[in-house]
Amino acid sequence: MPPTTDLVVQKIETRADGSLRAYLRSIAAIVWKDLAAEFRSRELIGAMLVFSALVILIFNFALELDIRTREAVTSGVLWVTFAFAGTLGLNRSMAIEKDRGCLDGLLLAPVDRNAIFFGKAIGNLFFMLIVEAIILPMYSVLYNVNLFQPGLILVILLGSIGYTAVGTLLASMAVQARTRDVLLPILLFPVLIPLLLAAVKASNGFLMGFEMAEIMPWINVMIAYDVIFIAVAFMVFDFIVEE
Amino acid sequence: MERTPKALKVLTWLTSAVFIVALYLVLIWAPQEAIMGDVQRVFYFHVAAGWVGALAFLVTAIVGGIYLARGEQRWDRIAVASVEIGVVFTFINIVTGSIWARPIWNTWWTWDPRLVTATIMLLIYIAYIMLRQGIEDPDRRARFGAVYGIVGFISVPITFASIRIFRTIHPVVVGSSDPTALGAFDMNAEMRVAFFFSLFTFTLIYITLLWYRLRLQQQKEKIEERKLTALSS
Amino acid sequence: MIKVRRLVKTFGPKPVLRGLDFQVSKGEFVALLGPNGAGKTTFLRILATLSRPKMGEVIVAGHQLPAEAAAVRRRLGVVSHQPLLYGDLSAEQNLRFYGWMYGVGELDRRIDEVLHLIGLNPRRRDLVRQFSRGMQQRLAIGRAILHRPDILLFDEPHTGLDQEAAAMLDQVLREIASTGRTVVMTSHDISRAADLADRVDILSKGIITASESTDALDPIQLTELYRAVTRV
Repeated sequence: MPPTTDLVVQKIETRADGSLRAYLRSIAAIVWKDLAAEFRSRELIGAMLVFSALVILIFNFALELDIRTREAVTSGVLWVTFAFAGTLGLNRSMAIEKDRGCLDGLLLAPVDRNAIFFGKAIGNLFFMLIVEAIILPMYSVLYNVNLFQPGLILVILLGSIGYTAVGTLLASMAVQARTRDVLLPILLFPVLIPLLLAAVKASNGFLMGFEMAEIMPWINVMIAYDVIFIAVAFMVFDFIVEE
Repeated sequence: MERTPKALKVLTWLTSAVFIVALYLVLIWAPQEAIMGDVQRVFYFHVAAGWVGALAFLVTAIVGGIYLARGEQRWDRIAVASVEIGVVFTFINIVTGSIWARPIWNTWWTWDPRLVTATIMLLIYIAYIMLRQGIEDPDRRARFGAVYGIVGFISVPITFASIRIFRTIHPVVVGSSDPTALGAFDMNAEMRVAFFFSLFTFTLIYITLLWYRLRLQQQKEKIEERKLTALSS
Repeated sequence: MIKVRRLVKTFGPKPVLRGLDFQVSKGEFVALLGPNGAGKTTFLRILATLSRPKMGEVIVAGHQLPAEAAAVRRRLGVVSHQPLLYGDLSAEQNLRFYGWMYGVGELDRRIDEVLHLIGLNPRRRDLVRQFSRGMQQRLAIGRAILHRPDILLFDEPHTGLDQEAAAMLDQVLREIASTGRTVVMTSHDISRAADLADRVDILSKGIITASESTDALDPIQLTELYRAVTRV
């Protein structure tokens, strides 16, 4: 076989092997790896949970959550708690990759760099949702409000997706900087404001029993935010991890 | 040390002259606004400063994209220079807005969409500068700066839109925070001239400052290089 | 197998590699010596597709870098001085994870094979966090050879190992080299490099300043050569 055909064949092989299946397989591998490690150590979720409980307790004293104020501020308290606890999780999740050089290990693998982003982001989303799934009933019991409404769950899902997409992107930058732990919230929160605002307003709408017409604009903002930033992250992630 | 290029000298003088004209137009030539009086004159430079802020950040996002595509250091230099200028002008924009709001809205600060968006934008670009300070490797610093410049810039209109929905759904009754309601006015022909001339002037100032800032950066890098060659020889 | 011509890499204004030329043929074991800061790690990272060359030509396994990095990655196994392992996963889980990432076929059998080769089979279910430095390094090698690469890059694999662990590592390295794989290893241990490698290249101030076959020179001559070419 002449060398040119050889090269072409090789290229096609790479193309076929770098197909969607390989892409999804590597995403699944990263998610599995993060969950398996967390299942052993429980460090990340543990820290997020304890921190969330503390934040809610502090709010209890700071806002004197009596019945009337409680209804108005519940959604705000919840989202502030999730947002702060989330940065703990994001920092930890990326620090694991950076500290033992594992990020290099991921980059050495013949997978698309985006797969690394989606793998990490989906893992972080899982952690976030697990924490939320524990905090919600806790809050419900502590303050005697019913937080189990399908609408609210949808809002939390949409909010968490956007949060982890942007959060994973910015955390992978922050972790490579000298000032990393301090840097993440500073980078993350100003960019997150529209999402958090929409999430608070939509959650509040569901909790107070507003009409859907009033809640829909917020849901739309969240969907738009999620779509836009997942697309942006997809396009720029290469530049964050590649040297 | 290199001397200032002639074109830059000319531009500097031109900008200064135009600025003096703008001052004249804004402070003396434009008619006094009937209801608000002289304090309305803040408006011209206020909007112009806001415009330069937004323009500067737009430039940062665009050259950031070009840097990522081509990897040439000079695009990154423009990005940093533009952010620094943008931060200063956005700050001017917020402060002048406050000065105007005090007599008109009867408060230094209100949670109006534009105001809040401008402030969040300022925070984003302060974060941008802090991000860069935390990274030693120049290539990585440039790449991260470009990414954050793009991400931040995209978030600004979404922020503005969502704060706007926030206000339209919840009409605030106490001391209406809607700028079109209180303190709105129609510009007459002369005001319009002063207004657009201010925009033009501030754009010139932006270009001039950007140029100086780029030269400063280049000279800094040259000094670094000479230090390195001096050390290694 | 590896061909590098006039490779330049800078960090900002600071040049690290200044027009480096380098060549390795198939099956050769080359040790790369040089003082700290000579650019060994940087060079190896470029070969490993982790860093982009600024100028010059880098061809690994017939593929141009950085354009065809994906094709190169498939055929490359890398051990750096960090183990690139997850402390909260067991040895076996670490290998399974990387196996998935590389799409290794018949993964269970391959994991068994590799664990036996590096002598960690009895501890396969233990967390890597609890491993000694030497065991982590052996597992790191297991990770690097898991997908049967034909080119191996080692970046100072002996760093932080005691005598015994280093000797065990040497044994694993010899076994790998005897299978006809191409190996590039950076080191600052001259006698070890002379012992393991077919050829020793000395990297100094961003270029290869000497390249000698280890058959031709004994370790003492090599040490003298090293002193001579790295002297300021």
